[in-house]
Amino acid sequence: MNTPNESKTESQINRRDFLKTTSAVVAGSSLLSYAAIARGAHIATDDTLKLALIGCGGRGSGAADQALTADQNVKLIAMADTSAEHLKKSLENLTKEHPKQVEVPEDHQFVGFDAYQKAISLADVVILATPPGFRPGHFEAAVNAGKNIFMEKPVAVDGPGVRRVLAAAKIAKQKNLKVAVGLQRRHQEPYLETMKRLHDGAIGDIVAMRCYWNGSRPWIHPRKSGMSEMEFQMDNWYYFTWLCGDHIVEQHIHNLDVINWMKQGYPVRASGMGGCQSARNSDCGEIFDHHAVEFEYADGSRCSSQCRHIKGCWDSVSEHAVGTKGTVDTADGRDFVIKGSHAWKYKGKQTMSPWQAEHYPFFDAIRNNKDYNEAERGALSTMTAILGRMATYSGRIIEFDKALNSELVLAPDTISWDAKPKPQCGSDGLYPMPIPGDPEWLKHIV
Amino acid sequence: MMKHSTIAASAILALALTAPVSSARAAETVDFNTQIKPILEFNCVRCHGAPGGKEKPKGGLSLDSKADAFKGGEDGVVIVPGDPAQSPLYTSTVLPKSDDKFMPPKGDPLTKEQTELLKAWIQQGANWPEGVTLVARKAEAKDGGDDAATLAEIYAKILAAGNPASAAEMKAYKETIPGTQVTFGMAPIPAGTFEMGSPKSEPKRKPDEGPQHKVAISPFWMGECEVTWNEFELFMYPEPKKPGEAREAADAVTHPTRPYVEMSFGMGKDGFPAISMTQHAANTYCKWLSAKTGHFYRLPTEAEWEYACRAGTTTAYSFGNDVSKLGEYAWYSDNSDGKYQKVGQKKPNPWGLYDMHGNVAEWTLDQYVPDGYAKFAADGATDPWEKATKPYPHSVRGGSWQDDPDMLRSAARRGSDRSWKMQDPQLPKSIWYHTDAQFLGFRIIRPLKVPSPEELSKYWTSGVEKE
Repeated sequence: MNTPNESKTESQINRRDFLKTTSAVVAGSSLLSYAAIARGAHIATDDTLKLALIGCGGRGSGAADQALTADQNVKLIAMADTSAEHLKKSLENLTKEHPKQVEVPEDHQFVGFDAYQKAISLADVVILATPPGFRPGHFEAAVNAGKNIFMEKPVAVDGPGVRRVLAAAKIAKQKNLKVAVGLQRRHQEPYLETMKRLHDGAIGDIVAMRCYWNGSRPWIHPRKSGMSEMEFQMDNWYYFTWLCGDHIVEQHIHNLDVINWMKQGYPVRASGMGGCQSARNSDCGEIFDHHAVEFEYADGSRCSSQCRHIKGCWDSVSEHAVGTKGTVDTADGRDFVIKGSHAWKYKGKQTMSPWQAEHYPFFDAIRNNKDYNEAERGALSTMTAILGRMATYSGRIIEFDKALNSELVLAPDTISWDAKPKPQCGSDGLYPMPIPGDPEWLKHIV
Repeated sequence: MMKHSTIAASAILALALTAPVSSARAAETVDFNTQIKPILEFNCVRCHGAPGGKEKPKGGLSLDSKADAFKGGEDGVVIVPGDPAQSPLYTSTVLPKSDDKFMPPKGDPLTKEQTELLKAWIQQGANWPEGVTLVARKAEAKDGGDDAATLAEIYAKILAAGNPASAAEMKAYKETIPGTQVTFGMAPIPAGTFEMGSPKSEPKRKPDEGPQHKVAISPFWMGECEVTWNEFELFMYPEPKKPGEAREAADAVTHPTRPYVEMSFGMGKDGFPAISMTQHAANTYCKWLSAKTGHFYRLPTEAEWEYACRAGTTTAYSFGNDVSKLGEYAWYSDNSDGKYQKVGQKKPNPWGLYDMHGNVAEWTLDQYVPDGYAKFAADGATDPWEKATKPYPHSVRGGSWQDDPDMLRSAARRGSDRSWKMQDPQLPKSIWYHTDAQFLGFRIIRPLKVPSPEELSKYWTSGVEKE
């Protein structure tokens, strides 16, 4: 397990090197050895790592469960959420799973929009798992406070948010903080095995890519009587771009990240089309239910991407590529197949969920002071997905750099239960939705 | 599990973090769509709606369109724009609860904030945007929160629909799920006795398949095919009610939370078997389908499943012992191309059932007890059902597209496992999905004899899903 030369500064390691090195580090180690190291650390030292959970929904609670499973010497000591009810439920469930590793007294249970700061200040390691719109601010706060961080994907919802994460990621490196990002395919054995082969040239130069997240709408929380607009949007956050990023950002990022991983780079521009055809009602907010995007990479190769939230259509969540010497297909996690002169099929059994697996190298890095910072690639893959959204919302070709340097902030100026979110329900009972090609809309898109 | 948050919790938060809510809001313009419509839809429209349906709205008052709402009911106008004191839509909600005219008469009264909103909206002119219609809505039910009234309603519907008087009258039939074009076929399975389990001489036989013992089975119908996504998604994604559409018993049955991941894993939906549901989800589907159709549907017991699979045969498979013929009858590891296939394409068994061997493995009602057959060795059993006392393992039968031929044998058994939820990244893990069990589906049966409501409920709640 080698790490990049520590004397090299950020600017000396270009992005390509950085990615090559980190993927090699991860690919070169089996999960088993991580498990052994984590256990070894437990026996060898008496250092308890104090964990804070920011965002106590199902996924945040899951991540905390996985962290506590990965390292027996981690203790959950603080929690934060905007909902006291979510926090209590989460605490109850985590206590049931890990009775000896959960100790969150009432004065360490923080509720409200500023709760994250108080919880972060008490911990060594923080899990950031609120709706993505809050991530840049929470990440900055955790970096400023000098904490190790596991943050869920996506890490932002707009250009300014991605820039904040990139800037904080640099500071995190200078401070030697360890940062993990919940793009769990990066830690999933069959993906690691497939990528190792692709990067060794198994299908030659990759010249054409496809990827999909075609499925149905996940949960919808209808407006309840008496809710303020802010309460409704927070409760039903998936359907508001300033909180979720749209499903192309919140879900499809996984597949786009795999393509970036294959290409060891990021697209330079994108064009696309999309809309909302099946679920036009106020409970489904302002996001599209389908996007089709063409991403262009620096070498001129293109990735055709689809994501859809319409039931009854063709469904798939997968990535595919054609190279000069063969093809690769990941069939919805069931099959990983390379065809061509280096034909190969993944035959291993996946014995651990990738959501569990991603915590081992993270805690190993913390315990044994190894370089570990997934924030930059997490931010740039987040940006890839945001670029796709800008392309489908606008109907124009959007340059990656223009998207990244956009000044458009989607969140309201102040965050409180009385705040007025920018999307407002119209007199027709619907939230306005971007109209591709309409110049008036453009300033609300890029 | 999806996140749930209640009005109460949000309101507490709002109070804790901001100035008093009602006074702050009353001064603002009340918005119909976001503030008034939900109050009416959750509290009023169920009784005061449905002019197109069979029943007329209570008091002749319908609130589902602007025209009807302003027309009023038998007691006259209910909304006087600008004058809340003369508008029963508001005044009825602030009467003493004991008053006959207090609204809503059932359920929780409106909160102070809600009545203030109604008052302010009327005060400000009762602006109801053109074309906005209302639909009755119900607060999201808690898991397993179906009440006794719903069960009684489903039972009454089953009794009303009736069953043939005797087994001799049982015919194969095709059922169309009401309100849809989706159909499924049911084949009659005659009463009889059979040897359950396999003889020690059967190749690849495992110890949990013995001792063989005599089992008597009562008559039932069984799904000719595994339940497909066409059927199951009607239950997963209920259509919202249209204005005026009457409520029915099936609406009160809990529906699965919507999955975050795509549940067919790219293997196809139209005509393909539904997969990766928990036993609780399969049971609840049966309850929902019974409420929809008025026929009592449930999962088969393990004994019923094996009896129907054997269809009178005593060999390893229902077509004999010759494994080389398996491909004519079943999808399994050698011919499935790494995924499940459309149901009903291979040859059926002697009783007209397709894919009992292979394609997807199928849920049964029973707890999987490896040595459970021993207690029946001497005297045999009649309609046995190994009732569950814990969530895992439950018995799964028939083998799947992933399996080798031996797991497809009529007697082969498998127990469900907690690891079938390994890929669920949330805590708590969903009670509806076994994301890792992409080989697992189910088929339904309908017994000739309809049991008591208490027994119905036992069949439908055998999942023991609280872990």
